[in-house]
Amino acid sequence: MKFVKLSVSALAMTAAAGVASARDNVQVAGSSTVLPYASIVAEAFGENTDFPTPVVESGGSSSGLKRFCEGVGENTIDIANASRAIRESEIEACAAAGVTDIIEVRIGYDGIVFASQQSGPAFTAFEPTDIFNALGAKVLVDGAIVDNPHTMWSDFNGDLPAAEIMAFIPGTKHGTREVFEEKVLLVGCEETGAMQAMIDGGMSEDDAEDACLDVRTDGRSVDIDGDYTETLARIDANPNGIGVFGLAFYENNTDKLKVATMSGVSPSTATISTGEYPVSRPLFFYIKKAHIGVIPGLKEFAQFFVSDAIAGTGGPLANYGLVPDPELAATQAKIEAEETM
Amino acid sequence: MTDASLNSVPAAPRSRSLHTVDERTRKRNAAEKRFRVYGVTAILIGIVFLAVLAVSIVRSGMPAFSRMVVEIDFVLTQEQFDEAEAQLMKTSAYQAYFNAALQESLNAAGVSAPFDEAAVERILGKTGGILREFYRENPDRLGQPVSFELPASSRVDGYYKGRVTRDTIVDSRFLMKSDLDIVDAMHDAGILKRGFNWTFIQGTDSGVDNPGGAGIGASVIGSFFMMIVVLVLSLPIGVAASIYLEEFAPQNRFTDLIEVNISNLAAVPSIVFGILGLAVFIQFMHLPQSAPLVGGLVLTLMTLPTIIIATRASLKAVPPSIRDAALGVGASRMQAVFHHVLPLAMPGILTGTIIGLAQALGETAPLLLIGMVGYVAREYPDSLVAGFTEANSAMPAQIYTWAARADVGFYEKAWGGIIILLMFLLTMNIIAIILRRRYERRW
Repeated sequence: MKFVKLSVSALAMTAAAGVASARDNVQVAGSSTVLPYASIVAEAFGENTDFPTPVVESGGSSSGLKRFCEGVGENTIDIANASRAIRESEIEACAAAGVTDIIEVRIGYDGIVFASQQSGPAFTAFEPTDIFNALGAKVLVDGAIVDNPHTMWSDFNGDLPAAEIMAFIPGTKHGTREVFEEKVLLVGCEETGAMQAMIDGGMSEDDAEDACLDVRTDGRSVDIDGDYTETLARIDANPNGIGVFGLAFYENNTDKLKVATMSGVSPSTATISTGEYPVSRPLFFYIKKAHIGVIPGLKEFAQFFVSDAIAGTGGPLANYGLVPDPELAATQAKIEAEETM
Repeated sequence: MTDASLNSVPAAPRSRSLHTVDERTRKRNAAEKRFRVYGVTAILIGIVFLAVLAVSIVRSGMPAFSRMVVEIDFVLTQEQFDEAEAQLMKTSAYQAYFNAALQESLNAAGVSAPFDEAAVERILGKTGGILREFYRENPDRLGQPVSFELPASSRVDGYYKGRVTRDTIVDSRFLMKSDLDIVDAMHDAGILKRGFNWTFIQGTDSGVDNPGGAGIGASVIGSFFMMIVVLVLSLPIGVAASIYLEEFAPQNRFTDLIEVNISNLAAVPSIVFGILGLAVFIQFMHLPQSAPLVGGLVLTLMTLPTIIIATRASLKAVPPSIRDAALGVGASRMQAVFHHVLPLAMPGILTGTIIGLAQALGETAPLLLIGMVGYVAREYPDSLVAGFTEANSAMPAQIYTWAARADVGFYEKAWGGIIILLMFLLTMNIIAIILRRRYERRW
């Protein structure tokens, strides 16, 4: 078999030599949350300009940024999509590989909603405390921190239906998980007093914070590592199930899903852009400045992406479910000036 | 002693007859009958599963082959063309002109349901790209009436396919309940009709807000180029390796080890080859991401063991007398192999190759790792070389991508894609069967 592999490699190598190295299309990879928006823009970019249609690959924010930071050159990607801001460690990894000038572009905001089956129990209003009480690994019951004993939503909040707790939350590889932890679990943990109780119990603040983010492991909270379609399929099969979705996905499936308000605010483009609806996050993409001028159409694509006609109010992205960034003009200027981080 | 005691009491001779069935025969017969029933049941269960699968695929996938189209005569003037071309979002401008024309046609057709611009926008799918492409290629048609058939929006499409019903529709910016009255009126007036969805067969992938414009054509091409790579690499390598191992290699520990490893490789999960491909072809050798060339190389690795095993089996099946006869009349070993053994083994080799290719064609897992998932099959390659090196998807990866999109219209496309993929697989398997039937020789 060694011989076979060797000959394959040899053949591949000759093939590689024959490959014309000039790449003329923009290559994008990263977050599966940004992917739908990027695909809309890429299609429109191909239709509206004379540049070839960019390639947008899926894979997740972290893997996209990892590939982004592999180095500079035609065989590396030009743009990384991310549903969270780039981390300090990733910037360092980038710099180590020679990717020093990065342009950060915020394209808008994405809301995260809690939804259940249309015909299921009336989950219509949640508070972060409800979600924490239902899903936290350790919760505060009668002044003591205990392993989560709740089996019904009504166990801790009489206003909620007496239905089994069953939640489908994004898995840890999703950027959505981070927002869910930060804006829902942590807030709930603080509001129920569980965090204070943990600190009083002798935990350091950091440890208490980490403990707040732990999700129960007795099967009532299920991590979904796939897409929202998988969450939807689980919800379809489980009348008591609560799922975490992106706003755009929910809006595309309103006939199947019933959304719950969070802290009394129902999720919509309007409530998210004003910041009233608490569970939202900015979406980004990162441009490799060294590729501008080398890869044809890269800067034009970025400009096209954040133009008012695309990412602004009434544009195709907003129509699909992206919450437009009120500071879009600043972002446009930033790309124009190729301002790096 | 025991013998003696046994013999001392002779058993009464049992009356045996073929006409009376004794206990043991009855048991044996019953066992055989039961076994036949088990066999028939197993086959029936298999057939039922197959039928359920086929019916569900066809039922879910057939809608992808038809679509609702809006057909009107449309005139675009030179001024409108210039104005649209001056904008950043040119396609939106074209779309707006078409919307206006559609509203006029609705008025002319006497559609009684009240409609406004926003409703027309919701009913019509994405049309700007098609219009712009047409007028850029045919500037001489500016100012003349052209009859366009443009896709209706995904939800209007779903209304006629039973996905959207008046009972379940929730008013949204995508479609209002009141729009359905306009849609019905358009249908009665003949402006909206069902047509065969050629875009699905010929088209490329589309943005997530444009299910009506999505097609599997580009990824069929991607799969085609991948299969060429697999065929060109794995057939000669596989056949050469098998001929050497079977006919020339000395039987020793080393060749035994190779044999064992080939069998093991055939059982390695395909995702492993994907990881290997990512590490070797993309990260180490810097071949282009998402290229059918890389996909083909990865699938070659996966297909090789299958082809080698099939080739060796068919070489083994050629009786030794043929080799002996060839050698006996003075042929060299190579002549014996290439003039006599290989031609006789060819049908088996080709069958094995085609089945290996069919397996590779339906393989998704390795493609996930080399970047063929996302919005990749967005253009047809513009040259033969580009077909190998430019980013493209493959059929199974395209199906996977569609299945994950929010708009239900894409889910239907995924099922339609499965039908197309199965048709290719079926064709390949039928070719394999025909080759085997026609050319196989038995001794």
